[in-house]
Amino acid sequence: MRYFIIILLFFISGHSLARIIVVCKTCPVEGIGVAIQLAQEGDTILVKRGIYQEYDIKIDKCLTLIGQDWPVVEGGNQSEVFSITAPGVTMEGFQIQNTGASQSQERAGIRIKNTSDFRIRRNRLLNTYFGIYLEYSRDGIVEDNYIKGEAVSETTSGNAVHAWYCKQITVRGNSVYGHRDGIYFEFVDSSWISHNYSEANVRYGLHFMFSNDDRYFHNTFRHNGSGVAVMFSKRIDMIANHFEHNWGTAAYGLLLKEIYDASLRDNHFDRNTIGIFMEGAARINYENNTFSNNGITLKMMGGCIANHFKGNFFFSNTLDLVVEGNTNDNSFDGNYWSEYTGYDLNRDGVGDVPYRPVKLFAYVMHRCPESVVLLRSFFVDLLNLSEK
Amino acid sequence: MLKILKYSFFDMMRSRWIYLYFGFFFAFTLSLFLISTDLSKVVVSLMNVILILCPLIATVFGVMYYYNSREFTELLLAQPIARRVIFLGQYIGLALSLSLSLLAGVGIPFVIYGIFQSADIWNFFSLLLNGVFLSFIFSGISFWIALKNDQQKIRGFGLALAVWLFFAVIYDGIFLLLLLSFSDYPLERFALGASMFNPIDLSRITVLLQLDISALMGYTGAVFQQFLGNGTGMLFAFGVLTLWLLLPLWRIGRIAGVKDF
Amino acid sequence: MISVTHLSKSFSRLEVLKDISVDFTRPGITAVLGPNGSGKTTLIKCLLGMVIPDQGDIQAFGQPVKGQWTYRSQIGYLPQIARFPDNLRVKELIAMIKDIRGTAADEAPLIEAFGLETYLDKKLGHLSGGTKQKVNLLLALLYDTPVIIMDEPTAGLDPIALIRLKDIIQREKKRGKVILITTHIISLVEEIADEVVFLLEGRIHFRGTPEQLRMQYAGANLEEAIANLLLNENQATAVHPKLTQNHNGIALHKNLKPC
Repeated sequence: MRYFIIILLFFISGHSLARIIVVCKTCPVEGIGVAIQLAQEGDTILVKRGIYQEYDIKIDKCLTLIGQDWPVVEGGNQSEVFSITAPGVTMEGFQIQNTGASQSQERAGIRIKNTSDFRIRRNRLLNTYFGIYLEYSRDGIVEDNYIKGEAVSETTSGNAVHAWYCKQITVRGNSVYGHRDGIYFEFVDSSWISHNYSEANVRYGLHFMFSNDDRYFHNTFRHNGSGVAVMFSKRIDMIANHFEHNWGTAAYGLLLKEIYDASLRDNHFDRNTIGIFMEGAARINYENNTFSNNGITLKMMGGCIANHFKGNFFFSNTLDLVVEGNTNDNSFDGNYWSEYTGYDLNRDGVGDVPYRPVKLFAYVMHRCPESVVLLRSFFVDLLNLSEK
Repeated sequence: MLKILKYSFFDMMRSRWIYLYFGFFFAFTLSLFLISTDLSKVVVSLMNVILILCPLIATVFGVMYYYNSREFTELLLAQPIARRVIFLGQYIGLALSLSLSLLAGVGIPFVIYGIFQSADIWNFFSLLLNGVFLSFIFSGISFWIALKNDQQKIRGFGLALAVWLFFAVIYDGIFLLLLLSFSDYPLERFALGASMFNPIDLSRITVLLQLDISALMGYTGAVFQQFLGNGTGMLFAFGVLTLWLLLPLWRIGRIAGVKDF
Repeated sequence: MISVTHLSKSFSRLEVLKDISVDFTRPGITAVLGPNGSGKTTLIKCLLGMVIPDQGDIQAFGQPVKGQWTYRSQIGYLPQIARFPDNLRVKELIAMIKDIRGTAADEAPLIEAFGLETYLDKKLGHLSGGTKQKVNLLLALLYDTPVIIMDEPTAGLDPIALIRLKDIIQREKKRGKVILITTHIISLVEEIADEVVFLLEGRIHFRGTPEQLRMQYAGANLEEAIANLLLNENQATAVHPKLTQNHNGIALHKNLKPC
């Protein structure tokens, strides 16, 4: 009880020092920009329902901005809407829309630049070129935002959440649709991405470049151009994500390219043209993942070294493993393969004959891609059967 | 013609084999639905079976029916009916009853499960249409072979099965060998052309192209998709299948005109 | 009604009919005789368009029959071997033939004549050879056609049915029909035939009345006359073992050593 009173006192006193500025169409303060100019460090700006035709709003003080009943900040396709350059800013409850596209600048709904301790939550960003753009920032959270773009091609669209040279940030619980990449990390270290939902983005659901020591978990990537691309990065943990429905001639659930010392656990890959596409992937542990209904489950290109698959589940995939180029020291142990037709005489639950995931036809397809026209023909079924 | 067709059809419908055939498809489709309600999966599993079984059963039925109905044929030959009418009527009656067994055997489970809303329903229809085409083509070819080897039952049976084996397996084997031995050249056009000369391959590819799995087929798949994937391509594919259908029809008509009985 | 000119037919290398010219135009009963394999059935099948001739011309009712089929409605045909779909009932078979031909006919008198009433609901596969032949006869005589062609009509018939059949044939003859019969039963020929056509090795060796045949080959009866004919012909056409026949029947020398 005593602690509670102390905390309560602290809370009240904190607030009593700071002012609350109310913004609405009939209030003394009619605009958000004006309110920020009036405000002092630590103030709260409460924006009420209404449409605010404002853009290039610069938040350069430590403020808390709260939208009540979803005030709409309309960029009118003119410019960027908010840019935050002060540490400790919180933004919540705004609907930000229509930044428009530009040749010269990368416009964002909310830009966070050279700062820290930001908290961007529960906002809606509609038809912004970039949704939330983070650069040179650290120790902040982007959570529970809804970001929906209208991207049609990679070259004419931006990313929903874009982070560049950041550290220790958290991106969680966001829903992102219709951008180039759902979430994009470049030179972002020690950050967490979790519980996001990424759908219908034209390139990737999630994209890592040159980022190390990150972890993403409990995310769902569905119906994107491709699910997730992890490239030129080290020590990335990928846990309990869902990679689903990434179909297309060049689509895959997960792309691993030049990546080392990563781990994949408890992920689900369902209905991807290629489940995991690996090129130059080394020292990666794959455990307890489930692969179902994929076209090619695993495709290993050159330079895949010391990948260890243990206790994964492979269900009704068209081809389990396709290997091209030089690979070595990869291992498969204790995985479940639904295509397995061996026997288990001693009934220990483990087949007595090892499963050979690379089919003859997969090899043939590698040598001559045109032979794919014979896929699912009786002859190829016989060919695969004769191998067993 | 219609009268002959009618008698052949009802003659087939009396046979217990045709019910066995229907029953197999019915039970198989039903069990597929029990295992999974995912229509596109059911269509893929059905495809594998239909593409092999329809031609095989049609081949067997074609020769069997011809030899078993020789008495009927002899009776008809003395009647004031044109010869090609007799044989074409019998053939169409046979092919129709086979197609009907397929349509009913696969269709009824679909009706029972009431799956008509799914986007895959068109794939299902295209699969059935291909199945009907294959039934007609292969029963036609085997009927033709039997007609040609009217007095040599064993030879007729052997030849018809050899033709089935050729199209179902051997053709693809040769196809693959050719692809592999010329893999240094661009072969998409060759592959496209070669698949036209085997009705089973053509059916398989038209069905596959409409399924998600076509994404797997990469660049070759894209070439096929471009050529056969749209409405015109579908029409083209069915046009080629129609040519395949006309071949035995034409041969049956020809042989019927000059054959001694 | 039917005339055949220069008809030849061979099955692969076996010549079955060799340049046959014959016509069947006068009303009455013509018996086509000949040993086994002499081409009787082939000739009849040619008339019906079931066998396509290699050479020669067949006209029926003044029209060439090649590629035609409507003239068959003017011919009642009894095939040599009664073969029917096994799983059909007699009643259904009759109905089917009537349905396919599309014209009405009254089968009741024929059913009565051959005593088929009790078999109408039986499947054809379960019938005896004789009963099948009765059904065969029924179908051949079902329609009132100006020409009737019967290939071995008496095969397997019981005496009563045989008498009935002869009655029917005589009745139809009186109605001015052209009736063609092949048979091996010489007594039947003596009894009913107005004319005999004798085929031997694909050629017509004799054509005339049974009486003429008997006289020409000096037999006490027709049977003896035919035996004489066959003996004579065998001697006449017998080929020296060192000779062989070409397809025109002309003897050629083969492996003949010079003397």
